[in-house]
Amino acid sequence: MLSRLREPWTDGQAERRLGAVACLVLLIIVLMVVFVAVRAWPSLHANGFVSWLGPGGNVDVQLGEMIKTGQHPPDSAYHLRAWPLVYGTLLTTGVSVIIGLTFALFSAIFIVEFAPARVRSVVVPAVRLLAAVPSVVYGLIGILVLVPAVGNHLISPGRKESVQNVVQLDGTGVLVAIVVLTVMITPIMVAIITDALRAIPTAWTEGASALGANRWEAMWTVSVRAARPAIVAAAVLACARALGEAVALSMVSGSRGFSPNPLDGLTYIFEPIRPLAASMVENVDAMNAPAVRSSIYAFALLLLLSSLVLSIGGYFAKLPMRRQGLRV
Amino acid sequence: MSVASASAPAPAPTAPRPAPRGDRLSSWRWRHRLAFLACWACGIAVCAITAAIVIYMGVRGVQYLNLDLLLHRPQAGLAQSTTGGILDPIAGTVMLTIIGIAIATPLAVVAAVWLVEYGRPAPLARAVESGIEVVAGTPDIVIAIFGLAIFQLPLFAPLSFTASGGGVFGRSFLAAGAMMSLIALPLVFGATREGLLALPTHLREASWALGKTRICTIRTVLLPQVRRQIATGSALGMGRIVGDTAVVVVLLGATLQIEPQGNVPVLSTLRGTGSTLTTYVYGNSPAGEGNAPQKAYAAAFVLLLIVLALNAAVDFIGRRGKGSS
Repeated sequence: MLSRLREPWTDGQAERRLGAVACLVLLIIVLMVVFVAVRAWPSLHANGFVSWLGPGGNVDVQLGEMIKTGQHPPDSAYHLRAWPLVYGTLLTTGVSVIIGLTFALFSAIFIVEFAPARVRSVVVPAVRLLAAVPSVVYGLIGILVLVPAVGNHLISPGRKESVQNVVQLDGTGVLVAIVVLTVMITPIMVAIITDALRAIPTAWTEGASALGANRWEAMWTVSVRAARPAIVAAAVLACARALGEAVALSMVSGSRGFSPNPLDGLTYIFEPIRPLAASMVENVDAMNAPAVRSSIYAFALLLLLSSLVLSIGGYFAKLPMRRQGLRV
Repeated sequence: MSVASASAPAPAPTAPRPAPRGDRLSSWRWRHRLAFLACWACGIAVCAITAAIVIYMGVRGVQYLNLDLLLHRPQAGLAQSTTGGILDPIAGTVMLTIIGIAIATPLAVVAAVWLVEYGRPAPLARAVESGIEVVAGTPDIVIAIFGLAIFQLPLFAPLSFTASGGGVFGRSFLAAGAMMSLIALPLVFGATREGLLALPTHLREASWALGKTRICTIRTVLLPQVRRQIATGSALGMGRIVGDTAVVVVLLGATLQIEPQGNVPVLSTLRGTGSTLTTYVYGNSPAGEGNAPQKAYAAAFVLLLIVLALNAAVDFIGRRGKGSS
């Protein structure tokens, strides 16, 4: 047996064995979807597949009630309306991707076109470092520096009093969550867009210059336009990253299943939220109760399917560039 | 190329296209000058934010970190003076990183080799490629929760602690390491694939002409050539593992000390629970139970140092590669 293993592999054997290992990845993805879906089934079944995403009641209270329902909960124990959590996720992700994308696009143009070599040798490592900083460090800075700053200086006592019967404004909330999330996802987008802009053949921009375009016009009308698919892909992938960010957001978002109302005016940006991923991390300890467990797996399924769609979307978004022979 | 290579080191900055002659800022329209300024502002802002984070964490770290903290185990306590040091979290981080990268590297290298050198049938190859992109895009908390579902199966009971009622706990260093490998895998894969794709075809053809089989060529010619890329990918993957919190919170139990399960010396630790620097920071921040900001700053500083060191290693490997080729 052992001596057979030691024989040199023939090509056919090697191809099959290596291929089998590579296909493990596909197996893991299938397993992931199946396992999470099976565990989420009781909750989805009891609440309805779409209606559990709707509003209704206080989601924190609902999750709290589930802990007490014992090992064999009836269908009614699974009652959950997760809209505040979904809303929190959509709000933080959407706003930070929009802000981050503008920022990332200009930074990438700066790195590729305008930065002198010496400045570039500072900016590029800075972006890389920013991408490598662990999320918990961002969260820590957020909660120990930004939150007190916002709570003590930006929110006036009058504003706190005006809503004290509904929520407590202590600085954690929409504003800090979006700031932290934006800083976290921008470097990813800068990296992808920079790569794409670099891949544009110089001949194309030189052509624009020959027609009398200045550097900005050549960049904006030729390079950026040609790299549009990569910009979309960058936004999509950053979205996937922002959706799944759990720890940093759980530290700075206020951790209350509350859906801020835009009609509140400026108070809106100080109100607490609770994204899906953050509420998963915070409820892990309660997972002995089957009802809570199933709800958490339902959140996981939602995140998994959205990130799956986003990843595949990102892949297809870049196809037009690949067809032109640009490697991005 | 997606997340897998997004954080990989950018290719050496090529010389910028020289400005066309006569293209002076003073001849630009106002709108274009404004955009130019915006670009500079964004570039400077990136540097400023990075500098602010590093300097702030550095100052806090130097202020609160001392040798005592590094050499003592954490204890449960009410005041910050009685909660001990961060020895166990550091050990946990190191152990978890080693387990994770030890699983991820071989898998990723094999997958990349198969994809580049064989890659048949083509639809399957494309599926594997996008499959790895999907794994790269999956949130770490989902991977962690999936790991919990897997390792709570009775089949995997030997890997963790079994409660008296027969329920499998599903949380251990092995479980967390296995799931961490999924987080590092796309980075190692991306780097290896880039390396293999960059090798000129005549290298392979020369070997085949000597009568070597494909697999022999891979082993003796191609893999030694991409060692550096594999190292780069592993360093990036390690950086990801070191910085991940969600998997540790869910799959390692995030207990204060490393708690072995059983009596066999090494295996008991691997089956046991523990914490890493990331969960220590999380637990000691105002959001966690500990609420000891000084300890959190110190641990975060150590964490940042590890990440910076890995980043520097990536740079170093890249630069040496350029020098020798």
